[in-house]
Amino acid sequence: MFEAIAFYLFAALTVVMFTITVVTSQALYAITAMAAGMIFISAFFFILGADFLGAIQIIVYTGAVMALYAFGMMFFDTTRKVVEKRVNPQIVFVLGVLAAILVVAIFVAPIVSNNIHALYPVQEGVGNSQAIGMVLFTKYLVPFELAAVMLLVAMIAGIVLAGKKMDKSLTLMTEEDIAKAHPQHESHHSAGGHH
Amino acid sequence: MDVAFIIETIVKIVVILLIFSALAGLGTYFERKVLAFMQRRLGPMHVGPFGLLQIAADGIKLFTKEDIIPQNVVKPIFKIAPVITAATAFMASAAIPFWPQFTAFGYTVHPIVADINVGILYVLGVMAIGLYGPLLGGMASANKWSLISAARSAAIFISYEVITGLSLLAPLMMVGSLSLIDINNYQAGGIENWIVWSQPVAFILFWIAAFAETGRTPFHLVANDHEIIDGFGTEYSGMRWGLFFIGEYANMFFISFVIAIIFLGGFGDGTLAGAIQLILKVAFFFFFFLWTRAAWPDIRPDQLMWLCWKVLMPIAVINVVVTGIVMMF
Repeated sequence: MFEAIAFYLFAALTVVMFTITVVTSQALYAITAMAAGMIFISAFFFILGADFLGAIQIIVYTGAVMALYAFGMMFFDTTRKVVEKRVNPQIVFVLGVLAAILVVAIFVAPIVSNNIHALYPVQEGVGNSQAIGMVLFTKYLVPFELAAVMLLVAMIAGIVLAGKKMDKSLTLMTEEDIAKAHPQHESHHSAGGHH
Repeated sequence: MDVAFIIETIVKIVVILLIFSALAGLGTYFERKVLAFMQRRLGPMHVGPFGLLQIAADGIKLFTKEDIIPQNVVKPIFKIAPVITAATAFMASAAIPFWPQFTAFGYTVHPIVADINVGILYVLGVMAIGLYGPLLGGMASANKWSLISAARSAAIFISYEVITGLSLLAPLMMVGSLSLIDINNYQAGGIENWIVWSQPVAFILFWIAAFAETGRTPFHLVANDHEIIDGFGTEYSGMRWGLFFIGEYANMFFISFVIAIIFLGGFGDGTLAGAIQLILKVAFFFFFFLWTRAAWPDIRPDQLMWLCWKVLMPIAVINVVVTGIVMMF
């Protein structure tokens, strides 16, 4: 009974939170609601007994992914409302409804046709994290390693793109050195007169 | 699920909340006294014996102060941000074993709210959500200092989470479990079995990262008084500001418990002596937080990032690789 109560409670909370994320025009509401929704999703993993996935859901989505969104928020004034440009609301509505129906159909179809089998049944006496490790390093070894390689490539690319002047630190340089290295900054400062 | 279990859990939650809220208040008193002692002052002396009732005076002040909401802030987010800091600190405590199991009046009590088998992962994950308190509070405040503080808190938390995770990986590889109780039992043999002897590097790294995770000096850049006033707390007043403090102090206590359990043997074999040792270890780590605050200045943000990515992270990775090689052969 408690599981049912918990499920419906967190299901309702998750839907409400993600609705706020989509509907609101205030960026801070959106990011807060999305972070809350991500945490509430982890509740489903805990209810199902998948503690490891629940904790990972919290760490990855709320800790890492959402914090990067928060960095993105630094580029605009979060205390103002975002004015969206809506050219054709009808098309957005139709596409949105179609996508929702499609997602529901995808998830309902295997349940209706009783076509769900556990390919890797839970082994007795094996902990949560060990079970995940076994599946990852047997059946899904190639996708797992491919994902690792892709992340490595992305990391190196990020360092190459962002790290052109990484060996210099503006904080440690004197004003003259900065002026020599960036002549346009010098003219900007003298013209602006606020430095 | 039977009713007794639910009642027991609720009682445990209430007890932990009460004890650690009170300890957070007491923590501010300890901090002021320790800092005063190290700076050759007396600290709080006037209210009560040795200034002990200063906590009550501060509490009354915080509760009765006007709750000011400035004009241009994003109200709901501004109001909820301190609650996030305090709530996540206490949520993290759910998986920490505070005391070995004991029998009282013929009833065996496990002083841990939820003994999930991924305890340490859960504790660190929920503590990481604490980032949203300063972040949202700073961004909703409509204040430039608060915004700078929010940006810094996001950068510091994300960077040092890497150190926390990587430094813990090596001891976890040795124990082979993510449960804090299993980690404790692994070291139950005595002082020579403590993980700190086999993983000294991981111990130091985790300890350093703990200062960043709790935002304490020398990594107190999120609210660095001489540059950005009180950072994310600048626009707050009354109990909302107090909630940020309760969260910070509760986090200091909980991270001290985590360090003591993972690296210093925890409560050992579960006897009363072991339990008292755990409290002493936690008290030492809490005192160390205050000691560093008195002894060290804050470092610059760029130094903090340099330390994280160019010094600590490579050491942590090397530590994991070396541990793996040693365990294989």
